[in-house]
Amino acid sequence: MRLQVDGKSVFAYTAAHELDAAQRTVVFVHGAGLDHSWWGLQSRYFGYHGCNVLALDLPGHGRSDGPPLATVEEMADWVFALLQELKIEKAIIVGHSMGSLVALEFAARHPEKTEKIALVGVAFPMKVSAAFLDAARRNDPAAYDMDTIWSHAPQVPFGGNPNPGMWMYGDTLARLARLAPGVLHSGLNACNNYAAGLESAAKVKCPVLFVLGALDMMTPPRGAQALQEAMKNSNSVRMSSSGHSLMAEAPDATLNALIAFL
Amino acid sequence: MSGPKFPGFDTLALHAGQSPDPATGARAVPIYQTTSYVFRDTAHAASLFNMERAGHIYSRISNPTVAVLEERIAALEGGVGAIATASGQAALHLAIATLMDAGSHVVASAALYGGSHNLLGYTLKRFGIETTFVSPRSPEDFRKAIKPNTRLLFGETLGNPGLDVLDIPAVSGIAHEAGLPLLVDSTFTTPYLMQPFELGADLLYHSATKFLGGHGVAIGGVLVDSGRFDWEKSGKFPQLTAPYAGFHNMDFEEESGTRAFLLRARREGLRDFGACMAPMTAFQILQGVETLHLRMPRHVESTRKIVAFLSSSSSVEQILYPEIPGHPDHALAKKLLPKGCGAVFSFDIKGGREAGRKFIEALRVFSHLANVGDAKSLVIHPATTTHYRMSDEDLKKAGIGPGTVRLSIGLEDAADLIQDLERALASAAKSK
Repeated sequence: MRLQVDGKSVFAYTAAHELDAAQRTVVFVHGAGLDHSWWGLQSRYFGYHGCNVLALDLPGHGRSDGPPLATVEEMADWVFALLQELKIEKAIIVGHSMGSLVALEFAARHPEKTEKIALVGVAFPMKVSAAFLDAARRNDPAAYDMDTIWSHAPQVPFGGNPNPGMWMYGDTLARLARLAPGVLHSGLNACNNYAAGLESAAKVKCPVLFVLGALDMMTPPRGAQALQEAMKNSNSVRMSSSGHSLMAEAPDATLNALIAFL
Repeated sequence: MSGPKFPGFDTLALHAGQSPDPATGARAVPIYQTTSYVFRDTAHAASLFNMERAGHIYSRISNPTVAVLEERIAALEGGVGAIATASGQAALHLAIATLMDAGSHVVASAALYGGSHNLLGYTLKRFGIETTFVSPRSPEDFRKAIKPNTRLLFGETLGNPGLDVLDIPAVSGIAHEAGLPLLVDSTFTTPYLMQPFELGADLLYHSATKFLGGHGVAIGGVLVDSGRFDWEKSGKFPQLTAPYAGFHNMDFEEESGTRAFLLRARREGLRDFGACMAPMTAFQILQGVETLHLRMPRHVESTRKIVAFLSSSSSVEQILYPEIPGHPDHALAKKLLPKGCGAVFSFDIKGGREAGRKFIEALRVFSHLANVGDAKSLVIHPATTTHYRMSDEDLKKAGIGPGTVRLSIGLEDAADLIQDLERALASAAKSK
C-alpha cells in the first residue's frame, strides 16, 4: 500500500490484504540498504495468518521517497507517524539489524503503542568499521562487497540456498546496486552513531525476542548481551548455522521463532 | 585497505550451491531422483504452496540437485539466481514467455543460432510476438528498430556462426534508455570468458549442453537474472508489476524485488510450460561445470593453434575468428573478451559446397554432428544443417556462405587436430 507520511510517499507491503482493525498488526523494519522484500517469506506468512502486516520501505529505500533518515531516533518517530496515519493503536515491531534498533527505540518511546518487539540480528553498540563507513560514503563498490560478505555466514557462498536456485550473495549485491548514492552510508552511519541503546532498553517493558545468528559477522551474538541483560522480559533464539541475514539464511527457523513469540 | 574477498571463480565452479549433504555427508552432489517431497503436515504444505516457506514441492518447479546447478551458475555469472531448463531453447522461450504477451515485439541480432532464429522469426510469430532482426555490428540499428511494444533486446555474446561480437555495453545502454532489458545467449563464451552482467546485460542464458556440460552427454539450459533491471521503474512489464490472477493475485516485483523475474518464470513458466531439467541431467552438467576453468583455457589455446594453421593454408578463403586482426570485431573482442574468443569458429573453404562436403567426409578425428562445445572436436556445414531453414539472403546476413564450415575445437592433442585438418583440406583440394 502507498500512503503519505510527513508529506512524502511511502510504501508498505501488506501481503495483498486490507488492514483490519480487529486483527493484530505486525510491522517489519528492514536493515541498512535493504527493503520490505527482505522479509518476503515471513511477512507473507503473517499476512495470510490473521495479522495485519506492514513490511515497510524506510524513506529512501525500496519504493519510499527519500531522502533517508539520518538517525535511529528519527526512524522510530517515522514509524510512529506511519502508525498514527493508519490509526493503528498497537503493533508488534519486528526489526532486523538497523531495523532492530528502530524497534528498540520505538518501544522505548512509545510503550503504549508497542505490544512486543522482536530484534533479529541485533547488537549494541552497533559499531561500523571506519573502512566500511568510508567506502560507503564514497559509494565505492567495495562497500557493497563488505556488506554482502559480512552479512552472511562464511559458508553461504558454498552452501545451498534454502530458496531453490537463488544465489544469496548475488541477491544482496543486486539490492545494493539499486540504491541511490549515499543511502547505504546513511543507514550504516545511523547504526554507528546510535548511542541510546541501553538507556532505551531500560525503558522497554513489553516482551522482547532476540533472534541471533551464531555465525553473524556483522552483529555477533555477544554484541546483544548487554541488551539482553537490560531487558529482563526477553527470550532468545540462536540459529546455529546462520549469519546476519537470518531471514534469508534460515527462513523457516526465523519464521518459527516469530510464530512462537507472537 | 584490502577488504573481504569473494571466493574466486575456480572455487565457485567446484563449491557454489552445495555443502556436503546434510542427510548423508556425501561430498559429491547427490542425485535427488524424486518427483515430489513429503510435507511435514497440512499447514506446511499450505505454506509451501503460498510461498510463505522456502522448499521443494514437485520437481517440475524445483529439485535439490537441479538447484545446486542453478545456484552455481548464478554464482559464476554474478546473478541473483537461475532456472535450469530442459534445453537452451527452453531457457530462451521461458525468458520471452515470462516477459511478453501476444502483441509484444523483440529486437534481435540477425546472427543467431538457427533454432533461435526459427523460434523468433516463425514460431513466436504464430503466438503474436514479432521480431525485428538487426545487424549485431550496429548498435544503432537496435535503437532504430525499437517500437512502443518492444519488450526485449536480444543477441548472442558471439554470433553464430560468424562470431560477431555483440557490443553489450552499447546495446545495453540503448536498451536501458528505452526502459528495456537486454538478454544475451552466452553459450559460446561461458562465464569463464565473459560475464555479461558486468558489461550491462540484464538477463542471460546458456545452452548448458555445450561448454558448461562440456562432454556431449546431456541436453539442458540455464536462464540467469542479474536482478538489476528495475521492472517497476520501466513501467512496461505488468507481468511483473501488477497483481496476477494466475498466481494468488501476486505482484511479483512487490513481493520479491530483485527476484521478481525468476519468481514468475519458476512459478508460472516451469509450472505451466513445464520445460524443467531432470536431476540426472543437472548432475551430469555439474560434472562439467566443475572443470570449466580448466577446460576453457585449453579449448582456446588449441583453437588459436588451429586458426594459425588454417590462416597459412592456401585452401582456406577466410576465417571468421575475432582474434584475427582482419575480423570486423577484432578491436571489440580485445576489449570484451580478453581471455579469448572461445573455441567455435567458421571458415570458408575454397571450392564451395562440393569442397566443403569432401573436406568434412575426409576428417577422422573431428566428428560431423550438430553440436558444439564438446570435449571432442566437431565439424558441421551450417548452410545444410543448423541454418538450413534460412533464406539465402538471411544466410548472407548471418555471414554464412555455401562453403562455410564450422569447427568446435575440443581437448584432443592440437597436433592431431591439425594433422586431421591438413589431410581433409588436401582431400578437398583434389576435388576441384
